[in-house]
Amino acid sequence: MSNSPVKGNAYTLGSIEQGEPCCDPIPHFSINNLAVSYHNETVLSNVSLEVYKGCITALIGPSGCGKSSFLTALNRLSDMVAGAEVSGDIVFEGENIFDASIDVRALRTKVGMIFQKPNPFPLSIRKNLELPLKEHGVRNKSEIESKIFDALQSVGLWDEVKDRLQSSALSLSGGQQQRLCIARALILEPSVLLMDEPCSALDPISSGIVEEMIQRLAGRYTIIIVTHNLAQARRIANYAAFFWMKERVGKLIEFGQCRPLFESPQHSLTAAYVSGEMG
Amino acid sequence: MIDRSFTIFIWLMAGMVLFAFGWLISDVVIQGASKLSWQFLTDEPTRSGREGGIYPIIVSTLLILMIALVVVLPLGLGSAIWLAEFSRKSSRRVRTTRLILDVLAGVPSIVFGLFGYAFFCGFLELGFSILSGGLTLACMMLPILIRTTEAGLSAVPQDWRKAGAALGMSRTTLLWQVLLPYASPAITAGLLLSIGRATAETAALIFTSGYVDRMPESLNDSGRALAVHIYDLSMNVVGGDKASYGSALVLIVMVVIINLSASTLSEFWLEKKVSRLK
Repeated sequence: MSNSPVKGNAYTLGSIEQGEPCCDPIPHFSINNLAVSYHNETVLSNVSLEVYKGCITALIGPSGCGKSSFLTALNRLSDMVAGAEVSGDIVFEGENIFDASIDVRALRTKVGMIFQKPNPFPLSIRKNLELPLKEHGVRNKSEIESKIFDALQSVGLWDEVKDRLQSSALSLSGGQQQRLCIARALILEPSVLLMDEPCSALDPISSGIVEEMIQRLAGRYTIIIVTHNLAQARRIANYAAFFWMKERVGKLIEFGQCRPLFESPQHSLTAAYVSGEMG
Repeated sequence: MIDRSFTIFIWLMAGMVLFAFGWLISDVVIQGASKLSWQFLTDEPTRSGREGGIYPIIVSTLLILMIALVVVLPLGLGSAIWLAEFSRKSSRRVRTTRLILDVLAGVPSIVFGLFGYAFFCGFLELGFSILSGGLTLACMMLPILIRTTEAGLSAVPQDWRKAGAALGMSRTTLLWQVLLPYASPAITAGLLLSIGRATAETAALIFTSGYVDRMPESLNDSGRALAVHIYDLSMNVVGGDKASYGSALVLIVMVVIINLSASTLSEFWLEKKVSRLK
């Protein structure tokens, strides 16, 4: 861990210098002046921040303030959305992901994504994990087997499903499905996981299991998680970014270490939101 | 009380439909069964079809249908996939295409017949032939198959497309492994619907494949389809009723066999890949 204060992000209102850095603040994503618009209507503008390697960064804020739009820009899933336009720079592992030379499919194997609603394919549990592997050129049977084992182990699902890998993924419970989806992303050995409210469609117990698992994955992976559950953000995140809508455009209001952001926010909006007075 | 009378009403309606259907089938079976024999299936028709069999007509029907399917399957599935997966849904081009297809699906078959006569028989100089008939039927089947397939693909949850994209999978893989298998019941239904329409077709075929009841020697020969044969026997041939019923029975059995094999094949190729719990 480094003791030197992290460079302040001039463009955010909060200060990142408060407190000790909670993990090595090596930027994994450097986002500069990002804006997203749908059909020429800006929904997010002027977002600049750095996402640190191996840390959990929570994106908080009310619905509709552009958190999910921000997230989908990071793996360029925004390309899929009709009418979506993204401007600004996102530098990931030294390359701007909007460069023409970027292989988007390769980018998405490095930056995995988990959605709000578990979305396993309507195939067997095994096939769900096999399909992305085969798609990216892994053909060796024993290699596939061991990767499936590793992926299911790391989401704590192996013991639950090892006897029924052939059965449908849709026969799993919601929490199990979500963990399978995380395993499916992990099997491609990404370095980043983007999570869009991964627990919000789950019951409290499944949600707890998934949350615990996310905490275990931190360190090995850089995790960016959108959550509406402030208590959850506070429990698991190292860094937090607070988004808010100003004049119908989402803005990043404050970014910093999670604890200071919650305990001594620099911006009055943040203070009002985290205390529950607003939002 | 309202529930009760409504239930009775619904049962009554369903019962009437079943009754009408049952009557139709049993009429054809009872009247046609006596005509049905191995000879009927393997002989050439004599005395304008009053006697003899329908062998050349079965062959012509199958040939016409085969040509239509060979044309329709790749074109139809391809266009449907383009419409549902690879085009911008809101663009003018796509909306226009859809509109045209919807109109075409509702165009009376006689109009297709006229078009086939002018275009395939006349302009392309294919004459009255099995080829012209098959191609005309293909034009008729295309809009139905495209629209049902497209609807089937569009009904597949968007979640899986996002999941696939987020895993860096190509759209082609996703299409073959997930989307098409999941949509296959709808695609099969569309296919069966269009096959049904094609085998029942009379108007369009009289114009294009003609009504020569001899065994066709090539695809350029005229050939009489079963539906045309039934029409001819019942309308133009005095004393042709028995043979007409026999042919109708054969047509029904043929459609059932084709339907069964189409659903079995689609089950075998596509459907079994996916599970549909949930």
